[in-house]
Amino acid sequence: MPAALATQSLEKHFGGIAAVNGVSLAIEKGARHALIGPNGAGKTTVINLLTGVLRPSAGRIVLEGEDITALDSHHRVRRGLARTFQINQLFLDLTPLETVGLAISERMGTGWQWWRLAGTKLEVTEEIVDILSRFRLTDVMLERTGNLPYGKQRLLEIALAIACRPRVLLLDEPAAGVPEAERHDILATVAALPSDVTVLLIEHDMDLVFSFADRISVLVNGSLFIEGAPDEVARDPRVKAVYLGESLNA
Amino acid sequence: MDPGSIKQVSHHFANRARWSAMEYAFWLAALASIFVCGGYWTEISPLFANRHLILTEIAWLGLFALSLDLILGYAGIISLGHAAFFGLASYIAALLAKHAIITEPVLALVVSGFAAALLGFATSFLVLRGSDLTRLMVTLGVTLIMREIANQIPEITGGADGLQGVVIAPILGLFQFDIFGHVAYVYCLVVLFVLFLLARRIIYSPFGLSLRAVKGNALRSGLIGISVNGRLIAVYTLAAFYAGIAGALLAQTTAFASLDVFSFERSADLLLVLIIGGTGYLYGGLIGAVIFKLMQDWIANLTPQYWQFWIGLVLVLIVLVGRDRIGTATAMIRTSVQRAVSRLPVPALRVAAPPAEGR
Repeated sequence: MPAALATQSLEKHFGGIAAVNGVSLAIEKGARHALIGPNGAGKTTVINLLTGVLRPSAGRIVLEGEDITALDSHHRVRRGLARTFQINQLFLDLTPLETVGLAISERMGTGWQWWRLAGTKLEVTEEIVDILSRFRLTDVMLERTGNLPYGKQRLLEIALAIACRPRVLLLDEPAAGVPEAERHDILATVAALPSDVTVLLIEHDMDLVFSFADRISVLVNGSLFIEGAPDEVARDPRVKAVYLGESLNA
Repeated sequence: MDPGSIKQVSHHFANRARWSAMEYAFWLAALASIFVCGGYWTEISPLFANRHLILTEIAWLGLFALSLDLILGYAGIISLGHAAFFGLASYIAALLAKHAIITEPVLALVVSGFAAALLGFATSFLVLRGSDLTRLMVTLGVTLIMREIANQIPEITGGADGLQGVVIAPILGLFQFDIFGHVAYVYCLVVLFVLFLLARRIIYSPFGLSLRAVKGNALRSGLIGISVNGRLIAVYTLAAFYAGIAGALLAQTTAFASLDVFSFERSADLLLVLIIGGTGYLYGGLIGAVIFKLMQDWIANLTPQYWQFWIGLVLVLIVLVGRDRIGTATAMIRTSVQRAVSRLPVPALRVAAPPAEGR
């Protein structure tokens, strides 16, 4: 069975700098895979390459056995690949209702319809309400997203990716910057993701990584340093040296 | 699942698209202008003089500005070359009539609009890439090219003299254009209203919503499955169609087309009209066209040579003060009046105040 998502010798150069250097990654179907590494290791660049925000300088990206290297972002989303951003990327002038509705509408292929009023398709409306209530956003669903508190925006960031109904989900530091009180909500929703959804998680919070992941890859200076089960990675003295050691000293 | 929330959501969407009292008032006023401003009751008062000629100009200019609003206000594409579509359709409408290819004006109007849409589609790929500055230059360049092409084929376009000898047949074979501009005005107003209804429908559709998403955050739009380039191409083509219809209306109501339809000032004025009226709520172009034309007309009467000075001054003031602040100021005045009334020692007034506010 092919991996849910795999890269082959993926490279990205910015001028003379190799931000991602020959990364070959395989994420098994249904895995809870974490990608960790010190700041500037190239984690977010990898996510950007996987989702088509950036084009790789070399290498291939394969989603469920299909080469998607040349595809535009929206085609990758339609093939079941969704992501969240480390820094919220939301539609500040739209409401959470409209935001989630957009993603559902695109998935159902009705996003092009220009002759019908938005909100008149019951199946879309039902799913919007379902997702918003799962993320406890129903009470603010009619407010302008830009006016929401950060924690709510963060939840919407994840809800939006879920609304794409991904088979592979890339989470870029989902709990970053979330106040302690609301952190629990985020972690609970991440933990409650259906088990058939493959998840690649980037996170600095080691407690979260080790409680969530069943496999961990460590990225250092744009290259894969080590990969293994959480206890192997935790025991590895080299990882401690480059990553855990550094964060302990910091 | 919570049926209450679903009801609330459906209700919210339905409410959003509902016609407001102001909208009804606007279109009723437009309808009334056909009779009130037609010069039919001049013996009662000079206020009822015939203004259909300038109103015709306002109608096609409003449509032209609505077209720019579709790309600027709803998709965030800025253009300094919207006259390319306006001008092309203008010439085509004039040529169709002159050579009796399509004599019926409504059909010729639609054909001219589609020709402009074709040009819009072909050039949309140029505005996909790049920033606002790139788009300004690219759209400006396309219009310059169009103007020069028209200039270089005088045997077709009449060159610098313009296309003369155009005769426009009666609309639907029934309504002949008259020198007072009555038929022309009703014609332009009906076309404007129909295309406005269509634009309004589109704005509140899933497609319209996705345009606002693309404008707000193109990066994330792509990552929730929206084909960003596809949407931009579609709305640019649609806007070109609208601009084309406006240009064809000009050619048909004046029975003339000249190089002036491609002029830089036309595109620049259009941006001005839209900025005066405001973008992103569909009425900005229409209100802007009314203000711009009336102001131009009024100031030109006072100082024929310096009217542009005053237009320029108004523009600077609008941008400096900012429409938001004008809105905030009105709201503040309203609240302070409310407060002052509620503090009045006269109890009768205090009781009377709230219902008056609610009306």
